[in-house]
Amino acid sequence: MTAQATNAAEGARTYHLAEGEDHDHAGGNGATLLGFWIYLMSDALIFAALFATFGVLNSSYAGGPVPRELFELPLVALNTALLLTSSITFGFGMLEMEAGRVSGTRSWLLVTALFGAAFLGVEIYEFSSLIAEGATPQRSAFLSAFFTLVGTHGMHVFFGLIWIGTLLVQIGQRGLGLENKRRLMCLSMFWHFLDIIWIGVFTFVYLFGVLR
Amino acid sequence: MPEHSFLKTVFGRLTFESFPIHEPILLTTFIVVVVLGLGIVAALTYFRLWGYLWKEWFTSVDHKRIGIMYVILGIVMLLRGFADALMMRAQQAVAFGPNEGYLPSHHYDQIFTAHGTIMIFFVAIPLVAGLINFVMPLQIGARDVAFPFLNNLSFWLTVSGAGLVMMSLFVGEFARTGWLSYAPLAGLEYSPDTGVDYYLWSLQIAGIGTTLSAINLVATIIKMRAPGMTMMKMPVFCWTALCSQVLAIAIFPVLTAAFFLLILDRYLGTHFFTNDMGGSPMMYWNMVWIWGHPEVYVLVLPAFGIYSEITSTFTGKRLFGYSSMVYATVVITILSYIVWLHHFFTMGAGASVNSFFGIATMVISIPTGAKIFNWLFTMYRGRIIYELPMMWVVAFMLTFVVGGMTGVLLAVPPADFVLHNSLFLVAHFHNVIIGGVVFALLAGITYWFPKAFGFKLDPFWGGVSFWGWVVGYWVAWTPIYVVGLMGVTRRLSHIDDATLQPYFVVAAVGALIILVGILGTVMSIVMGIVRRKQLRDVTGDPWNGRTLEWSTSSPPPAYNFAFTPVVHDLDAWYDMKSRGYQRPMEGYRPIHMPRNTGSGLYLSALALVFGFAMIWYMWWLAALASLGLLTVAIGHTFNYNRDYFIPADNVARTEAQRARPTVAGD
Repeated sequence: MTAQATNAAEGARTYHLAEGEDHDHAGGNGATLLGFWIYLMSDALIFAALFATFGVLNSSYAGGPVPRELFELPLVALNTALLLTSSITFGFGMLEMEAGRVSGTRSWLLVTALFGAAFLGVEIYEFSSLIAEGATPQRSAFLSAFFTLVGTHGMHVFFGLIWIGTLLVQIGQRGLGLENKRRLMCLSMFWHFLDIIWIGVFTFVYLFGVLR
Repeated sequence: MPEHSFLKTVFGRLTFESFPIHEPILLTTFIVVVVLGLGIVAALTYFRLWGYLWKEWFTSVDHKRIGIMYVILGIVMLLRGFADALMMRAQQAVAFGPNEGYLPSHHYDQIFTAHGTIMIFFVAIPLVAGLINFVMPLQIGARDVAFPFLNNLSFWLTVSGAGLVMMSLFVGEFARTGWLSYAPLAGLEYSPDTGVDYYLWSLQIAGIGTTLSAINLVATIIKMRAPGMTMMKMPVFCWTALCSQVLAIAIFPVLTAAFFLLILDRYLGTHFFTNDMGGSPMMYWNMVWIWGHPEVYVLVLPAFGIYSEITSTFTGKRLFGYSSMVYATVVITILSYIVWLHHFFTMGAGASVNSFFGIATMVISIPTGAKIFNWLFTMYRGRIIYELPMMWVVAFMLTFVVGGMTGVLLAVPPADFVLHNSLFLVAHFHNVIIGGVVFALLAGITYWFPKAFGFKLDPFWGGVSFWGWVVGYWVAWTPIYVVGLMGVTRRLSHIDDATLQPYFVVAAVGALIILVGILGTVMSIVMGIVRRKQLRDVTGDPWNGRTLEWSTSSPPPAYNFAFTPVVHDLDAWYDMKSRGYQRPMEGYRPIHMPRNTGSGLYLSALALVFGFAMIWYMWWLAALASLGLLTVAIGHTFNYNRDYFIPADNVARTEAQRARPTVAGD
């Protein structure tokens, strides 16, 4: 009796959604963007570990060359400008995506990729000239840490380029559907993330390096 | 010799000498493994199970099946890791004075390295991941995890890592450097053979799987809770899973980076952790322990969650101090990140640094102690039902508290200078890992097994497992504590002082008693399957549970819940039962579900090939495998057809098949 009375009083409580299937499962937008954010944070921790390593080893020259002899700031300034510009062009691409314009989105992505490729080209030139001077990763712990930190960032840019290429094809095939928009948003976060990492590299590796 | 260099290009450093056919122990193991493996393959082929396994399990993105596969992987690897343990105990029981024992130190060193590596990375992590995968989405009322394909990929990457470790038994050799492969010993100069490379590549591959899985589980808990389930109405197990996986995301990248740098040292000749050219070996220690110490909490926090669920269920009470339990979990998560240096107080960081890390370590015992009291107060004046899971809880509390106290003892830097690298330390961490994590996993498997399969584990053999593990633990590790306090160091394959032998003989007997426990665990599954008719549970709620996983059928349907549950209270299912909730029998709607895919398995198989090629310096194969990885990964993104709907009719049929509607108070 008592139990039934309570039930009647609580009759309003529902214990399941009779309608309106929630759509935030199996890769819904919200979960994907959050998940990708968390992935970026884990990637940031890899860079944090590499930055810390560089911090520990940045004066372990082992009698080898020191930053002031190695780094050419104008070249690095050019590289920085290339990468930062590519972030702006990606932003223009995202505006086109919001407006639903396929060709505009693809063009700006292409421009971004060109800037990214130019950045990588300059970096490869810098690395090869360092190696030609005998400043190889094997020369000292400082150079090991330098090549690894900067090179890991470069590898990320390289994979970003592959990703841009893939999305260029996919947007061409399927336009700006829900999935492709979601992928563009993730790639956009990834690309800007690489920019932020580069600002760290530029400051702590090159500028402070030359000051030392 | 052009022919010679051609072979070198194709096979790298793999030669006939790499196969240890001259070692009788390995040869016998190899023959047994081959015979068993062929037997399993033959049986699967004979019963035409390959198609079923491929379609329903290997390519499945269902969190329940992936969870079960993780647990199977963990149990299989437990047998391997425990075989290593028995060999070590046998060696240490006989190798005194003139007796050199039966294992050369070269082999013994590989065994203790493999034992530690396997037990942490391929037993504890898969079992914890498996239980979280299976239970957590059910507890939060979700249909699957946030990224079902990623879940499948994570599992298979872990399998690839385990596969590489197993391969090292028969092709080449495993590391002889201890389970964290400290530099500079693990550098190329001191470990030129394949051992450390097997170690590094297997853990890199498995580690990526673990990181991805952690990201997936965190996104699931944050984004996919049932309506009404606020964070503070979430079951404690989900809270501990959340904190543990957040911690995993915070630490695994550091381990990946440390291993990456060691790989560069070994493959490209860089100088991160070398003695010369400015390298810093201690930096490796710092980095691996920034991962290593929190990792213990990645494992033990979900264990605490399991104990909490079980205590509350088998005392018929709401958990005492739910919110303090949550806060304690969060505090432990944060503190565990700032204690790593206590693993090398003897490094010489100075008194101030050592004091900081010593005090931080001791402070962890406060929230942990609060948890113990919460469980005790939950039991206090409860109607305690001593089913097997509850017995594990009691055994845990009695065992773990001792391990916790020896931990506080080791956290005192001056004491640590005496006990560093001693068997006392080894006894301490086995005390907390076995008494804390393993007991919880066995309890959790017993508790949730009927949910996964619809019948309970065999209680007699479950009892054998319980008593074997608990008694065996104490017999095996008490003497090790004693000799450790006397000053015996770890990782010895031979001891000169014969007066110590009785302690090690007792420890070996203890290991045999644990063996009985492990056989009991396996038998409780086997006999459970044999006697499944008697042990059948048709209610879906065999223990009178309190959380949402018990509200659906056992085993749950692919879609978990016909209707998304709405939560009003902590212990949602208890709330539903006590208010006379009736399961709706009509009005079903089509359910949106993710589709199975084989991409995860292909990617992981390629990762395995890549790892193997890198270990043996087969550069062409490594290049091909990485190209393959890239191609399959990109190819997978061209598949836009990733979901489907289970029609409402099918849902209605499945729901009608449930033996009877779950009605409260029946």
